[in-house]
Amino acid sequence: MYGWLWRALPGPLWLRVTTAVVLALLLVAVLFTAVFPAVAGILPTNDGTVG
Amino acid sequence: MNRRATPRSVLGELLLTAGTLVLLFLGWQLVWTDVTAGAASAATSDAVEARFASAGAFAGATERATTSGGGDPVRTQAPPSGDAVGLVHVPRFGPGWSVAALEGTDRGSVLDRGVLGRYDGTAMPGEIGNLALAGHRTTYGAPLSRIDELVAGDPVVVETLQGWFSYRVSGHEIVTPDRVDVIAPVPGEPGDAPTAGALTLTACHPRFSARLRYVVHADLVAQTPREQGAPQALEPAAAPARAQG
Repeated sequence: MYGWLWRALPGPLWLRVTTAVVLALLLVAVLFTAVFPAVAGILPTNDGTVG
Repeated sequence: MNRRATPRSVLGELLLTAGTLVLLFLGWQLVWTDVTAGAASAATSDAVEARFASAGAFAGATERATTSGGGDPVRTQAPPSGDAVGLVHVPRFGPGWSVAALEGTDRGSVLDRGVLGRYDGTAMPGEIGNLALAGHRTTYGAPLSRIDELVAGDPVVVETLQGWFSYRVSGHEIVTPDRVDVIAPVPGEPGDAPTAGALTLTACHPRFSARLRYVVHADLVAQTPREQGAPQALEPAAAPARAQG
């Protein structure tokens, strides 16, 4: 799976590394700002209220 | 080196990905939310303090009562605008420690901003009845991370436009989440009419679990109108002694 992704990236090695890193950072940014807050809202791990 | 993907290798990579996502989520929850909510909480506190600093400007419109020999109560009004209940000072958590309290206990709009939230329908600061506040114990700035350090006698002072309402901790209990009676007007006695002011704090328990609730009770002991200045409990020299034993 990741092998296929790696081979799909264009350009010489340095460009592939840079692209991979940028894509990973973008993914983390989306996770941190959108996905994780939504997931955390559903999980009751943090509930400190009664009722 | 470039071997073809097999079902086993894809499954392995998916499991590794899932594990990494879980670790990232934990990191986000335990570190990132503290960072963002810490900033949000500080900004909220600044805004509330700015309102207090300009409280004199509201003198014409604000209803104020001074304590006389007969002890007319300092009346609490709903804030003219916004949803701030006040600033909660807890000397036990450190000199000058305070956090804002906002209306409601919705996680997304209140608690996750690193502040305390007032349970709907509970008393306002200084009112007869039970002012019930909830807050995160871990993550999102964790304002009540040290709630377990509060002992009987500790002051909790709620500051509003009208002045300071001083509560004194009477004790704590650990209850199941369904125990709504702890935020009743008379804590623990739903249906009883209240005759005194009380404050109740709730947070999750144990620290990293939402299985139970850590509940702290406090009684209203004094009210200080704004023109008299901050009560003695908030002065640095009046920091409570460390608990013995």
